[in-house]
Amino acid sequence: MTAISPTADHAAVRDASIAIAESRARARLRHRHAMVIGLRLAILIVFLGLWELGADYNFIDPFFFASPSGIWQQIWSWITEGTSQGPLWLQIYVTLEETFLGFVIGALGGIAAGIILGRNRLLADVFSIYIKIANSVPRVVLGSVFIIALGLGMASKVALAVVMVFFVVFANAFQGVREADRAMIANAQILGASPFQITTSVIIPSAMSWILASLHVSFGFALVGAVVGEFLGAKQGMGLLISTAQGAFNANGVFAAMIILAVMALVVEFIITRFENYLVKWRPAPFNEQGA
Amino acid sequence: MQLQPMAAERLSQAAPPANAAIAIDDVTLRFVTPDGHMMTAIRDFTMTVAHGEFACVVGPTGCGKSTTLNLVTGLLRPTTGAVRVMGNPVTDISRDIGFVFQADALFPWRSVIDNVAAGPLYRGTPKAEAYERARDWIGRVGLGRFEKHYPHQLSGGMRKRVALAQTFINQPKILLMDEPFSALDMQTRTAMQDELLGLWSEQKSSVVFVTHDLEEAVALADKVYVLTAGPGTVKSVYRIDLPRPRVMADIRYDPKFVEIAKVIWNDLREEVQLGQSRTLQTGH
Repeated sequence: MTAISPTADHAAVRDASIAIAESRARARLRHRHAMVIGLRLAILIVFLGLWELGADYNFIDPFFFASPSGIWQQIWSWITEGTSQGPLWLQIYVTLEETFLGFVIGALGGIAAGIILGRNRLLADVFSIYIKIANSVPRVVLGSVFIIALGLGMASKVALAVVMVFFVVFANAFQGVREADRAMIANAQILGASPFQITTSVIIPSAMSWILASLHVSFGFALVGAVVGEFLGAKQGMGLLISTAQGAFNANGVFAAMIILAVMALVVEFIITRFENYLVKWRPAPFNEQGA
Repeated sequence: MQLQPMAAERLSQAAPPANAAIAIDDVTLRFVTPDGHMMTAIRDFTMTVAHGEFACVVGPTGCGKSTTLNLVTGLLRPTTGAVRVMGNPVTDISRDIGFVFQADALFPWRSVIDNVAAGPLYRGTPKAEAYERARDWIGRVGLGRFEKHYPHQLSGGMRKRVALAQTFINQPKILLMDEPFSALDMQTRTAMQDELLGLWSEQKSSVVFVTHDLEEAVALADKVYVLTAGPGTVKSVYRIDLPRPRVMADIRYDPKFVEIAKVIWNDLREEVQLGQSRTLQTGH
């Protein structure tokens, strides 16, 4: 047998060609990234442009379907002059406060209930039927009950948001606990963990990805709960703003409030994603997604 | 009993002596399946592991090899018969036991050092001491530069090293291993077998090592248990008189090793064929 080794010349040529190939590949990646962003912007501009033109030439009746410029004017006047029910910031603040309280209470409750039922077979078997029933009630309807019981203030909105969030988080936490790896639990047990240590050091971390996934969805639900609650009866908040605009046939106002809510949801979504990345930094990094 | 003039001496099965590290005495384990049938996992099973002895269990798929390990941990209770560890009947998971799993059982959210320190921390060792010992054990398995890495950043062989450190840090008197290296490639497996024998000879633990790989069993063990196709019982026991320390990369070319492996394989082959034909007939 003879070992064959490349000569120095070969190696130098190879290194040079690798460098060229790499720089080409990098350029292609950059180009693609720019193209994705460009296309995204183009779609937005075309969409808004067609809407605006349609409204100008009355293909789309701006009275019913608003227009981008009308919506922008509405938002601007809310920012500069305030809304009919006080400054815009106050409305945003009120809705956010209700949403956050509902989100935190509902999520903590859901996580706790999910872990307790996930760890206890008997409790799970007994309560699963009731949870199924409660989950199948259209929960938005409960808003009316809460407003009758808790009044027009913050409590009724928070309660509705809690109910919206709880079941989603509960279902995920429960599933996450159930899916915890058997071998991992056995390993902890043999290494000397008590049942409580198993719950805190194995069950909860392994259910964490499930729980965090549900937090993304459920923040949206909390926002829906708060806004619908305000819609049904309130003195402050974005929901009331929408309901007032609806009463005055102000389509621009409805769309403007909707956009503000969407921005709020996106900002919070961003914060939750940051929080998630911080909590699960042990996970393998996903493939780098272009432009995301 | 027939004594054979070779390194693989076939042993007779007697009632286990009182001073054995592990004694499984005439155990039968039955359980009821979810659809209400009675299943016999192992029957009339007797096995003895002396202090510091390395025993391997080989047998066809589904013959109850892993069941024997779970009897020793206490996770399964025998239907009839008795299991004693260090002379005491098994009631709960003993602190003397260490277990290396086939699957990756490391905690993926903990770094290497946090994984290795887990055992002492669970058992109430002060934090500083636990981490000091963990650092020492990580060094011994050669992962000193990977303390802060997470399991997903390591190769399969490195993860097994972490698993060994995680188990050995508790200084188990009884070491149970359930096909621990079966997922590794050939070279890595050989390296891990050497690593294991090194750690074992320092720690003097009594080992039960379950594997489907007969050559691995012969290379590692003092004693090889061949099980019958399920429901498993001990078919024969062989004493392996290869000199120690053994070097895994070389031992497989040792003529004595080849001879022993051939003898035991003849014994095991029938059971493997029986197990396979039975699986094909019953469909499970």
